[in-house]
Amino acid sequence: MDLNYTAEDLAFRDTVRAFLDANLPKDLQQKVLNHKRLSRDDIVRWHKIVAKQGWVGTGWPVEYGGTGWSPVQRHIWEEECARAGTPIILPFGVNMVAPVIMAFGNEAQKRYFLPRILNCDDWWCQGYSEPGSGSDLASLKTRAERQGDHYIVNGQKTWTTLAQHADMIFCLVRTDPGARKQEGISFLLINMNTPGITVRPIIMLDEDHEVNEVFFDNVKVPVENLIGEENKGWTYAKYLLGHERTNIAAVGRAKRELLFLKRLANKQMKNGKPLLDDPLFAAKVATLEIEIMALEVTVLRVLSQDSAKRGPGPEASMLKVKGTEVQQTLTELMVEAVGPYAMPFDPEYLEGERDHSVTQDDDAAPLAPYYFNYRKTSIYGGSNEIQKNIITQMILGL
Amino acid sequence: MDFNYTPEQQQFRDALRRFIDKDYTFEHRNKIVRSEQGTSEQAWATLTELGMTALPIPEEQGGFNGSAVDMLVVMQELGRGIVIEPYFATVFGAQFLKLAGGHDDLLEQVAGGELKMAAALGEKQARHELFDIATSAKPDGDGFIINGTKTVVIHGAQAGKIIVSARTGGGQRDTDGISLFVVSSDAGGVSCRDYRTIDCQRAADITFANVHVPASALLGKAGDGWDILETAADYGATLLCAEAVGAMDALNGATLEYLKTRQQFGVPIGKFQALQHRMAEMFMQAEQARSMATLAAVKVSSEDANERRRTVSAAKARIGQALKYVGQQAVQLHGGMGVTNELPAAHHFKRLTMIELTLGDTDHHLARFASQADFRTAA
Repeated sequence: MDLNYTAEDLAFRDTVRAFLDANLPKDLQQKVLNHKRLSRDDIVRWHKIVAKQGWVGTGWPVEYGGTGWSPVQRHIWEEECARAGTPIILPFGVNMVAPVIMAFGNEAQKRYFLPRILNCDDWWCQGYSEPGSGSDLASLKTRAERQGDHYIVNGQKTWTTLAQHADMIFCLVRTDPGARKQEGISFLLINMNTPGITVRPIIMLDEDHEVNEVFFDNVKVPVENLIGEENKGWTYAKYLLGHERTNIAAVGRAKRELLFLKRLANKQMKNGKPLLDDPLFAAKVATLEIEIMALEVTVLRVLSQDSAKRGPGPEASMLKVKGTEVQQTLTELMVEAVGPYAMPFDPEYLEGERDHSVTQDDDAAPLAPYYFNYRKTSIYGGSNEIQKNIITQMILGL
Repeated sequence: MDFNYTPEQQQFRDALRRFIDKDYTFEHRNKIVRSEQGTSEQAWATLTELGMTALPIPEEQGGFNGSAVDMLVVMQELGRGIVIEPYFATVFGAQFLKLAGGHDDLLEQVAGGELKMAAALGEKQARHELFDIATSAKPDGDGFIINGTKTVVIHGAQAGKIIVSARTGGGQRDTDGISLFVVSSDAGGVSCRDYRTIDCQRAADITFANVHVPASALLGKAGDGWDILETAADYGATLLCAEAVGAMDALNGATLEYLKTRQQFGVPIGKFQALQHRMAEMFMQAEQARSMATLAAVKVSSEDANERRRTVSAAKARIGQALKYVGQQAVQLHGGMGVTNELPAAHHFKRLTMIELTLGDTDHHLARFASQADFRTAA
């Protein structure tokens, strides 16, 4: 039992810190730390800075341009990025479609797509959910019919994150409507500029445009964009779900936000004293902090199993549930901390169109949108109820 | 970073588990509960033989100098087996001697299984605040005279030597002026009211009426006992966290088994999602608890007292929440059987509930965690 990083791990952490100190643009950092909205350019700019350093493919094998880092090194990288306040590297290309291409794609697909993913030449989005297929994803209806050298795609995807910026979408489509529902699905890569694709915004609780509906009307997709074999798409999708979930709990970010919460609660006054001195509020913060401590150790325990080559397992479901509970409680307590000052809504400030919020309380301005936005976390990526189903089946064997 | 137990740790875990599975079964335990003494000399002899009494004692006094992580392994097994022998009380008492130094002869007797100990810390008015002490120790010649009553002393009547906290100075709730003594249970003026606890252990209220102890009974310096007391209590709480994790594992295992075998509406009740999701949450609660018990075991010996306090209180508070969820849901999922006294699960639940009440409950440790100097700025 040894919970300390090795000397090599610590040296690696210093290298990461030095890189972040030297290369994280201050304007991006300020946006992240202040909970402001990031533009497409912000996200691409940071991705390309990391790409230049060669550190985008943290979970990729070296042969495809990955870093070949150990799970612990990846954890350190993620933790340091969160601590510094970097924009995130979007997962759709790097962590979602890339592992599927590596495992099941052909040589041409690997040669073309993988370097472009590393360099953010293509912005990827995920075409999984449909209006009638959420938790029951395998019931999806978007149809792809083979006609010569093309598939003709018709149907609709929804909840498609940042599709308004996307160049490419990876889709689960039905290629054999006669087969059992999991067996007639294929995994297709589609260029978002293809005629027949329409993207329509869905405005969420925080009035931000983060997700979309994507409509396919006789969209012609070349057959070389099929991954692997026709009708094997469900297998590939399941492979993806079991992949790349080490940072699912986002403990590093939770620790940064806990500090922000404490800073808020030190500044806010209650009965002439800092709110953090109020025993009721302090108990809530303490409970949350302890949950984060426990979660961090649990993440490290899962990681060390991973290092022992047992592979990421259904434990990822536990990290997702507990991680999102922590994230949601953080935003809830932030709103509670500022009380009525969470009420003024100032999208212009959040978008960076003005330097200061309308009430001049820049800490408080983003918090209610943040809280409302984060209700998504227990729903996306397999709802927390679905995660409990996975624990039930895969760990408990019920 | 390494979360594995060493081969030695795995060995004594396996040895302890074999003993419990074979010779300390639920039926066997129930016989001990109903006996006059409420503990088993035979079981104690076996625990000694297995090296458990020697494990936490320094090598110089005939022990194995086991770490808190070694004790994590042992206490989890005792929690799983709902063992009711005075092991925790003895190890906890011995910790005071280790921290204070001296009394090598007593530590040797503990290592050899000849001496059982207890720590008499609580008082009627004190709840969980161990500095709230009315018991007094007045200098008398070259010794002290102790007067006062200690309450709910775990395995107090079974101990040969008792650690007693008493005031040699300061006000009733000051941390200054506390002194610690090691007192023979057969010393003149010591009277013990022994009783059962709801989790089938033994405890006692102990009255000290003009008990004369020699100067050598004092642990550390007079009036400076708080440091040792608080450090030892953190060690004790860490042991209880580990015991709770073992008990939760057993309870989760039994509940899962029940969900797979109990049939209603023609199917195992584990097929019902309302029950599945509770079971999944019980599993997650136990894993978070395991993480904290491990962290506490690693940090309880930290030189940095603030880090020790912070981590142990975090662990005891988190485990308090977990054990309540796991315990209550285990009973609920067992249905009618869960509210009988017949299943081991009932006794794991009761033991867990009593652990919550021992050496500081969840609220106590949350407040202590939040009162640490770095709470405002740490993450």
